[in-house]
Amino acid sequence: MPVPLHESVPVVDPSAASGVFSLLWVIIALPALGATVILLLGNRRTSAWAHLLGCATVIASFVISVVVFIGLLGRSPGDRQVGQTLWTWVQAGSFRADMAFLYDPLSAVFLLLITGVGSLIHIYSVAYMEHDVRRARFFAYLNLFVASMLTLVLANNYLVLFLGWEGVGLASYLLIGFWQHKPSAAVAAKKAFVVNRVGDIGMALGTMLTFATFGTVSFAGVSAAADRAGDTTMTVLGLLFLLAACGKSAQVPLQSWLLDAMEGPTPVSALIHAATMVTAGVYLIVRSNFIYQQTEVAQTAVVVVGGVTLLWGAIIGCAKDDIKKVLAGSTMSQIGYMMLAAGLGPAGYAFAIFQLLTHGFFKANMFLGAGSVMHGMDDDVNMRHYGGLSKAMPITFLTFAVGYLAIIGIPPFAGFWSKDKIIEAAFAHNLVTGLVTLVGAGVTAFYMTRLMLLTYLGKKRWEKDVHPHESPKTMTVPLIVLALLSAVGGLLILGGWITNWLDPIVGQEPEVNNQINVVVLSLIVLVTVVVGMLIAWLTVGRNEVPRTAPSRVSVFTRAARADLYGDAINEGLFMRPGDRFVNGLVDFDDHGVDAVVNGTGGAFGGMSSTFRRVQTGFVRSYALSVLGGAVLVVLALLAVNFA
Amino acid sequence: MSASPFLVLSAILFTIGCIGVLTRRNAIVVFMCVELMLNASNLALVTFSRVNGNLDGQVAAFFVMVVAAAEVVVGLAIIMTIFRTRRSASVDDASLLKY
Amino acid sequence: MVAFWILAPIMVVAALGILFARKAVHAALLLAIVMISLAVLYAVQDAPFLFAVQIIVYTGAILMLFLFVLMLVGVDASDSIVETIKGQRVMATVVGLLFGVIVVFGVGQVSLGVVQGLSVANKDGNVPGLAQLLFSRYVFAFESTSALLITAAIGAMVLAHRERLTPKPTQADVAAQRMRDYAEHGTHLGPLPSPGVFARHNAVDTPALLPDGTPSDISVSRTLQSRGTVRTAPSTDVERLTRGPERPDDLSDLDGKDES
Repeated sequence: MPVPLHESVPVVDPSAASGVFSLLWVIIALPALGATVILLLGNRRTSAWAHLLGCATVIASFVISVVVFIGLLGRSPGDRQVGQTLWTWVQAGSFRADMAFLYDPLSAVFLLLITGVGSLIHIYSVAYMEHDVRRARFFAYLNLFVASMLTLVLANNYLVLFLGWEGVGLASYLLIGFWQHKPSAAVAAKKAFVVNRVGDIGMALGTMLTFATFGTVSFAGVSAAADRAGDTTMTVLGLLFLLAACGKSAQVPLQSWLLDAMEGPTPVSALIHAATMVTAGVYLIVRSNFIYQQTEVAQTAVVVVGGVTLLWGAIIGCAKDDIKKVLAGSTMSQIGYMMLAAGLGPAGYAFAIFQLLTHGFFKANMFLGAGSVMHGMDDDVNMRHYGGLSKAMPITFLTFAVGYLAIIGIPPFAGFWSKDKIIEAAFAHNLVTGLVTLVGAGVTAFYMTRLMLLTYLGKKRWEKDVHPHESPKTMTVPLIVLALLSAVGGLLILGGWITNWLDPIVGQEPEVNNQINVVVLSLIVLVTVVVGMLIAWLTVGRNEVPRTAPSRVSVFTRAARADLYGDAINEGLFMRPGDRFVNGLVDFDDHGVDAVVNGTGGAFGGMSSTFRRVQTGFVRSYALSVLGGAVLVVLALLAVNFA
Repeated sequence: MSASPFLVLSAILFTIGCIGVLTRRNAIVVFMCVELMLNASNLALVTFSRVNGNLDGQVAAFFVMVVAAAEVVVGLAIIMTIFRTRRSASVDDASLLKY
Repeated sequence: MVAFWILAPIMVVAALGILFARKAVHAALLLAIVMISLAVLYAVQDAPFLFAVQIIVYTGAILMLFLFVLMLVGVDASDSIVETIKGQRVMATVVGLLFGVIVVFGVGQVSLGVVQGLSVANKDGNVPGLAQLLFSRYVFAFESTSALLITAAIGAMVLAHRERLTPKPTQADVAAQRMRDYAEHGTHLGPLPSPGVFARHNAVDTPALLPDGTPSDISVSRTLQSRGTVRTAPSTDVERLTRGPERPDDLSDLDGKDES
């Protein structure tokens, strides 16, 4: 049943920043300053203290985020939008865009997530990157990322959002390719950047279209005038922003870069490609809810993209032996859930954000846990070389287990509450979407259980000379904190707090009549999850795990191993025709344009080497030509005189 | 007496002089053919002076003679100099300015 | 007009002769014929001054200058018949004839009107009439041509001047060189005999005899030698000469009889 379009969508209307809110810009300025200082002074000079500075800036930003959050809590629900304008950025004719921030419940949630999880990951990186010579630069890039992401979520107009958007893209590129000496890392960074660029086209065109339609790019302006724009314009806008979101959040069709991005150091995968950057797409859609509310077509597109991606990611995750790649596939799938929820309109926005939060906790937790495992296993990522690590690395195992239970949706962990709500809303919307999410939940259970079985349980399949040990405190403490958050994060749903909190932004959740009773649905989901776990135990847990991946496998496994042929499709549809086109252009330039130019030169040269033979050097030949000319002159004279 | 025969004769002499310049190889003979051309044009000038009834044509012919004299002097001096260095009086031998 | 119709063919033939003459001197002489005929034609056309100037300046000075230079350059240099530049002769003839035909045709088409004649212009005489024009309307051209003549004369001097590369040998140097030549190569030390010392006959084509009776090469012009028109001295003469006279005052057998 389609969600009825709202007549009145909440309008963005911030009040001026005062008191504690005037510190908004400091939140961004601190990590930006940290990045600038470290980058300007250079790796060598700062290597002694850069990590401390990096952690300090983000922790300070977190503290300020908490302060302003409390400030926002203190206000009444209708008064929770605060704006702070720093300066006029662009003033060109009728176009005006300010460097201005918008702090409201949605940004508050993101601020806490980014700075909180960011701080934990910064602390974790101190020990994880201890042996890397370029650790100082790593922290500079991490700070740069945090500053850009904060700009993105605090922006009060599409242009500042785009600034942050590009900034996180840059930071992602720098961090994926951090180990520059590895060709695979450099290629992966380039791939991520290029695919993101395709999405950025959507973002840029969307911003321009916003200006063309509304004369302004600020959220306040657009939301006020949204219901007066034409249907097609809004649909096009919605689709453009969807394209942008696909690029940043690694949704189909721009999903090919996420698994390759695992080349970067694990803290990077945790922070950027699990908790924050990849959620920017969801943020964009939720923030632009006033646009999506006007267009059913775009909303359906979002739902379709989300649904396809959640299955796509899940299937890929089933067949990978690289622990990070499994988690990456899982990220892709979970964000598919968020997108699907966001596409359901006001019924789903709050749950998308809720899922985003909980996913931030447990995915970051699991990525850091994977990093801890890799740290203990000499940076080996192949799960076929793991096994029986629960005894060797108990803290890692326990924290990872909490995250595992959260992601597959076992109550009372966080993931259960968020995912359940989404499945509920999906079923209320449409039977097909509901089934897709349900199947997704089952497959998630399968591959996560497979991961747990291969890594922590079962017999040891370690390489020679590998002695796994528990990681140092700086690594395990963040794990514990995140595990706790994964455990209790579900409390946010208590009393519908999260939905009420986000109401002013996304609109009132409409009354949905669920075909199926909510409790029954939860039970069905649980059963599906348990079935998934069982299948995993039967196929993986019970049998001997071969140390090398078997080659005789079903066509599904082969497809999943090849990322469901995502790379092949990109190559066939875009790369090869593009290559041929460019080669054709080069040929045209070499043999067409150059031929014309060189040919003209050659023709002149040829002509001149023929005509130079006139210069025989003999006076008599020249005299002959003079006489010939004289004949012509006389003829002309006669013709003129006697004509 | 009519002027046309004189003019036709002048034209014929001029033509013969032209062909001589083009055909002969000895530099001095070429020069002589040039003198022949000048003389032919002198004849035409004198004829026209008679036709027009004033002496301007004769004055012009006079000047032509003067200039021809100066020209012959310098031209022959040049030929002599070339002959001294190159030991050849053929116009075909001075053909270095070629492709 | 009679003069014209007589002289015109002569002039044309002479001009064609210049074209076809092998030897340059012949061409110069033919040019003289043309120039003198032209002078007569000037006279016929009431231009007596030009008649005189043509003969004096053109034929007398300019043509003679030509002949002098011809002598200096090499009077025996003759053009070969073969044309070195391909197609030059044919093209020259064709284009030249074309030119001639067109000009003649053009001249024929021109309507000159009535010939006015110079009786009015010449009423004070041809020379005063010319002077009148020359020193009034054409005085500037006159002065410039005088400058031109001066320049030409100086130019000719400069061009014909031979710069000495070595200092001019003095009499003493020449004498010393002669001594050296005699010492090294055995060249005859004394001056060359004056012309006719060893002459047997005063014809230019009879060589003189050396003391040993052989004909002296240097006593006959090289030109005659290359032509092969040198007479030989009779051998009996040699014998008779070297024998000396039977009677000291008998000089009858000193006549050079040609016995060749």
